[in-house]
Amino acid sequence: MINEIIKLTAPKKLELNFEEIKWPKNHVIVKPTYMSICAADQRYYQGKRKKEALEKKLPLTLIHECVGEVLYDPKDEFKKGEKVVLIPNTPYEEDSVIKENYRQSTKFRSSNYDGFMQSMVYMRRDRIIPIENIKLEIASMLELMSVAVNGIENFIEKAHARKDNLAVWGDGSVAYVTALILKSYFPNSKLTVLGVNKDKLGYFSFADDIKLVNEINKNFRVDHAFECVGGAGAESAIEQIIDCIQPQGCINLLGVSENPPCINTRMILEKGLILLGNSRSGYSDFKKSVQLLQNLQIQDYIENIICDTIEINSLKDIYSAFDADLNNNFKTVMKWNL
Amino acid sequence: MNYGGILAGGIGRRMGRSDLPKQFLMLGTKPILIHTIEQFLVSSEIDKIVLAVPQNWKSYAEDLIKKYCQSDDIDIISGGETRNDTILNICNHIKDTYGLNNDDIIVTHDSVRPFITQRIIKDNIEICKSTDAVDTVIPAYDTIVESKDNKKISSIPIRDYMYLGQTPQTFKIQTFIKVYSTLTNEEKNILTDACKMFVIKNKEVKIIMGESYNIKITTPYDLKMASLMLGEEYKDD
Repeated sequence: MINEIIKLTAPKKLELNFEEIKWPKNHVIVKPTYMSICAADQRYYQGKRKKEALEKKLPLTLIHECVGEVLYDPKDEFKKGEKVVLIPNTPYEEDSVIKENYRQSTKFRSSNYDGFMQSMVYMRRDRIIPIENIKLEIASMLELMSVAVNGIENFIEKAHARKDNLAVWGDGSVAYVTALILKSYFPNSKLTVLGVNKDKLGYFSFADDIKLVNEINKNFRVDHAFECVGGAGAESAIEQIIDCIQPQGCINLLGVSENPPCINTRMILEKGLILLGNSRSGYSDFKKSVQLLQNLQIQDYIENIICDTIEINSLKDIYSAFDADLNNNFKTVMKWNL
Repeated sequence: MNYGGILAGGIGRRMGRSDLPKQFLMLGTKPILIHTIEQFLVSSEIDKIVLAVPQNWKSYAEDLIKKYCQSDDIDIISGGETRNDTILNICNHIKDTYGLNNDDIIVTHDSVRPFITQRIIKDNIEICKSTDAVDTVIPAYDTIVESKDNKKISSIPIRDYMYLGQTPQTFKIQTFIKVYSTLTNEEKNILTDACKMFVIKNKEVKIIMGESYNIKITTPYDLKMASLMLGEEYKDD
């Protein structure tokens, strides 16, 4: 069967390609229905990755946040029309110690493997999870949630037991979802969110406190912190976290920076801090995220950061969606009709 | 129920080969027909597929289905003399085998249009639920010129109103059978298009947008184009 697959061939240049799909013996064919645009996709689209990275990775099919419905399962374990979330991470080897999202051989869609901008996706059956009772538009946020879950689960494993004061630096989508899930994991901890944009911080109604980063009291202290800033602001955020964090606290890094930030290692040594890197997510993180989204209150909070849902009927609509996303405070969802 | 009716009744002389009908030629790693059938097999909207092939190619088609699809959801029948006869054969097969309900729909599609998409199938069925017939079209970007004597222009219709017909063409099965039964023999002979039959009998035919790449593979040039679209090197033997 012939599949339509959309590739970014150069910054802001999308092309419709056709590829033959093998009739599956074990894989499941899934039709994407809703996708959401991640900052990483936007960076490829805008050509804001380094020249070498673009040369190496393009042409590339973008998007790694996606839900869809099953078209065909040769084993009939998934029913035709069943709603599923698609896991962009595809591990190729077993490892009882290293999580699947950190293994060197693992492929990640829209990075070193084709993403979900296709009319049908050929999925390994362990890479899809059924979703029920969740609006699909909201469910398209599951990948983002799973990244936060991965970070928080790692934090639980590595950080010391005192978790009275937790803080999230950042006022974007990653910060919002991380803060929301952190609050659901630790309802009795005091959660502070620190950012630069007062309007965006206004969305974080579930947090115990919100602060502008340039208005922090010098006595402000946290036991552990989550850095969800990334980009050019990551360095100053990490610097501020190191100043505010209590000894032996855990700094969970979730922000992606194109240029390496300079970090004050003297103070890390002096305070005995843990710097914990977090990236992507695996099957178990998706499973937990699906469970979390059964909570209607969490669904409502997640829905609040969907700024735009754009119907995609042509390549032109995809250009419009990526352009609209640039002006959106939080997430842009594409209703995939291709 | 929604049925897919795959029209593979043609012998395809235009390909310049009289041995293997065009629908059985390879595109990529599979025969053209198989690409088309697979799109209908995975469609959430289609419950059953009826494939109509020339009588003498039935066994060949059965072998192909066995080899590539291994599905119980495909019935293979003989096509008719004309396109409309073939569709009627499919409708009668459905009636005799599964019975008919008022809202049963048949999505008829050329087996040699393998670039059919799930969106087109879905739109056909959705729109047909509220009417009797649906045609898949694309806007005519070239000017359409009419010449009744094949020598000089008799008219140039306004392009904004012109579309090019593709398939699928989708019908309420009972209506199709009924309308066909009202045709005179003369009408049957001149009607090469199933939707035209509805139009001349004053039945509503709605249109949905196809895709420019939903091409019909009828000539060696088309096959070359299709191969190139798939990124395959075309081998002309």
